[in-house]
Amino acid sequence: MESCPSVKNILLLDSEGNRVAVKYYSDDWPTNSSKEAFEKSVFTKTQKTNARTEAEITMFENNIVIYKFAQDLHFFVTGGDEENELIISTVLQGFFDAVGLLLRGNVDKKEALENLDLILLCLDEIVDGGIILETDANVIAGKVASHSVDSGAPLSEQTISQALATAREHLTRSLLK
Amino acid sequence: MSQFVKKDDDRDEEAEYSPFLGIEKGAVLQEARVFNDPQLDSRKCSQVITKLLYLLNQGETFTKVEATEVFFSVTKLFQSKDIGLRRMVYLIIKELSPSSDEVIIVTSSLMKDMNSKTDVYRANAIRVLCRITDGTLLTQIERYLKQAIVDKNPVVASAALVSGIHLLQTNPEIVKRWSNEVQEAVQSRAALVQFHALALLHQIRQNDRLAVSKLVTSLTRGTVRSPLAQCLLIRYTSQVIRESSMNNQSGDRPFYDYLEGCLRHKAEMVIFEAARAITELNGVTSRELTPAITVLQLFLSSSKPVLRFAAVRTLNKVAMTHPMAVTNCNIDMESLISDQNRSIATLAITTLLKTGNESGVDRLMKQITNFMSDIADEFKIVVVDAIRSLCLKFPLKYRSLMNFLSNILREEGGFEYKKSIVDSIVILIRDIPDAKESGLLHLCEFIEDCEFTYLSTQILHFLGVEGPKTSDPSKYIRYIYNRVILENATVRASAVSTLAKFGAVVDSLKPRVFVLLRRCLYDNDDEVRDRATLYLNTLGGDGSVVETDKDVKNFLFGSLETPLVNLETSLKNYEPTEEPFDISSVPKEVKSQPLTEKKSAGKKPTALGAPPAAPTSTVDAYEKLLSSIPEFSTFGQLFKSSPPVELTEAETEYAVNVVKHIFDKHVVFQYNCTNTIPEQLLEN
Repeated sequence: MESCPSVKNILLLDSEGNRVAVKYYSDDWPTNSSKEAFEKSVFTKTQKTNARTEAEITMFENNIVIYKFAQDLHFFVTGGDEENELIISTVLQGFFDAVGLLLRGNVDKKEALENLDLILLCLDEIVDGGIILETDANVIAGKVASHSVDSGAPLSEQTISQALATAREHLTRSLLK
Repeated sequence: MSQFVKKDDDRDEEAEYSPFLGIEKGAVLQEARVFNDPQLDSRKCSQVITKLLYLLNQGETFTKVEATEVFFSVTKLFQSKDIGLRRMVYLIIKELSPSSDEVIIVTSSLMKDMNSKTDVYRANAIRVLCRITDGTLLTQIERYLKQAIVDKNPVVASAALVSGIHLLQTNPEIVKRWSNEVQEAVQSRAALVQFHALALLHQIRQNDRLAVSKLVTSLTRGTVRSPLAQCLLIRYTSQVIRESSMNNQSGDRPFYDYLEGCLRHKAEMVIFEAARAITELNGVTSRELTPAITVLQLFLSSSKPVLRFAAVRTLNKVAMTHPMAVTNCNIDMESLISDQNRSIATLAITTLLKTGNESGVDRLMKQITNFMSDIADEFKIVVVDAIRSLCLKFPLKYRSLMNFLSNILREEGGFEYKKSIVDSIVILIRDIPDAKESGLLHLCEFIEDCEFTYLSTQILHFLGVEGPKTSDPSKYIRYIYNRVILENATVRASAVSTLAKFGAVVDSLKPRVFVLLRRCLYDNDDEVRDRATLYLNTLGGDGSVVETDKDVKNFLFGSLETPLVNLETSLKNYEPTEEPFDISSVPKEVKSQPLTEKKSAGKKPTALGAPPAAPTSTVDAYEKLLSSIPEFSTFGQLFKSSPPVELTEAETEYAVNVVKHIFDKHVVFQYNCTNTIPEQLLEN
């Protein structure tokens, strides 16, 4: 049977292999421990490679994993080994760029955790139950941003007031520690 | 944020900072009470939902009670008009997977959203509903879903179509009723709507060959609006080609032109999908392959690892069946040997090993030598297997290939890797007669420095089998004997057996072997001494050059027919009686249950029927028997008597087994002849 291209999981891990946000769409890893084992193995296997300029690819347990790193975040997308690698790569690129847009260029773990709602919405807009919904980063980010909690300022504007407000927040936090 | 300079200690603290630091399920569930407030603070509620989602994502589980409570509180949030909050509500409902009786609570709210004027609500409400629905609810909302499929808003249409694909697994009859709407959606101008509609329509119609064929025919002539849809179409086209009459030998394959045309598409995923599809056609000809391979060859030199990988993996598969078609790519492949991505490098090497011709083998081996030290064991094993296949393909090249294998055997490596090399050398020795001598020598050199006992013993055993058959077996003796001096007990025992084999089979070597075996009698280890003694005594005690008795050879080196497990159990159960232990009574089938003792007891009427006697009675019996025979009386104390060994098959007219009695300087063979057929009488 010819099947629709499908994604098995999308993982966003930090620079030590811990979860930031993950979504599984396949029964290959039924328990949480099997998921964690997979994440650990895939992280260890790819740790030493340099996947910052171009997306890299590896095969692992009858799956292909395409991945890219930015700062202290590791992005992974997994597909079956019969899948078209370029399709999976497009999904990764869409996710990667959309996150970049949503985090306004500050793609690091802290930023991701502080905007976890955006990341989760983003994942929701890319793949539904394994089927690809959208691969264009602008469209994905647009769908997320229009639902986001702070739906005031549009994505492309970085107003001074916003920057000041964020800075004030940081200062307050550090003073209170 | 970057325009503010942070102090050092700020930075340190921030390294550990996480908005979820110290988060705890109980506390968050408490916080979730805020959902019940009459005045909803949508921002706060969204934050709490985010925390709940974070917990779930990290692997935290909610008990049934907790999940139900959260779910019920969440449903209250439908009162809020805040878009952001509603979106989070959708997310968490999907994560909580409510049961069918809980679902009812939200059904009306979701259905309202499904028909709302706000487009963002409609699409997502559809997805949530379809995720949590069951058959009865589905029939209620079916009408709306059909409308949604052909909705002007592409996001809504896609949501309905994708939900349809999922629902097809659980409620196929219902979804099949939407064929007309789905068919209409295939004509949509919106790129992804067409993709989703095509996927759904194909799944609905997949068992109807004619329908699929019509679908493919119309779309290959029509407009396909997205690369993803194009890839789908390529897959369906391949299916149609495969299922169309195979006896269409005349002229071109149907739809081949379409596939070939896709090789010029502007999207790389389409080009690759088409190339791959062509390479996987049944009985594909070189002419058909050529354009696909050309395109894949271009990918080999791409700057993107994904492209290089995809291309080399496909070419690797093609090389298995059409190596000649891939040889044009050899130059590009060779440059991939040094690729940063080790998967790509390994695939390149194994492809070259398949497509290489005889003249290029030496050059290829040189290139691979440097490569091997860079890659991990799992890749190395793949390469070793490919080298073995290459050697079997070009047996005349065995010298350089065996040298290569021997060299890598001596380098660093794990057990599995070295085992695969040894196995490969053994296969080459067996299949290429000319390679035997050098192969055996390579193995001898390896065991001089081998860290794995298992491999040493295997090789020694193999030497024992093959060595005596060579033209000059004596040259292996030194290697084997050195193992007796230098290695651990297991290897020493194995070496003793091997030496004995040489002595048994090659009569001219018997004297030398005997000298060496005698030295082994003084070994520290029991097993080594026992074996040495056994061989010395059975092979003919005086060390002269005589032919070894065939029976003895079988006894020493033939394989034991009885499974070891059963023999062990039977021996344990054997109650010593007047009758000697009968090895033929041991069941020959291996039983997998651990209760073998009970079972084999049932099968042995001889041993168990007799009354229990003192354990030493057999020995005494033998002693009495032997000392009563005058010729044996000078032998001294009986050292040990072995269990009887069957020398004839179980079904013969008379059963002969032998018991070995071992004295200080003599071994007495007691042949027990038992008449199995009552009518006959055995005469001397």
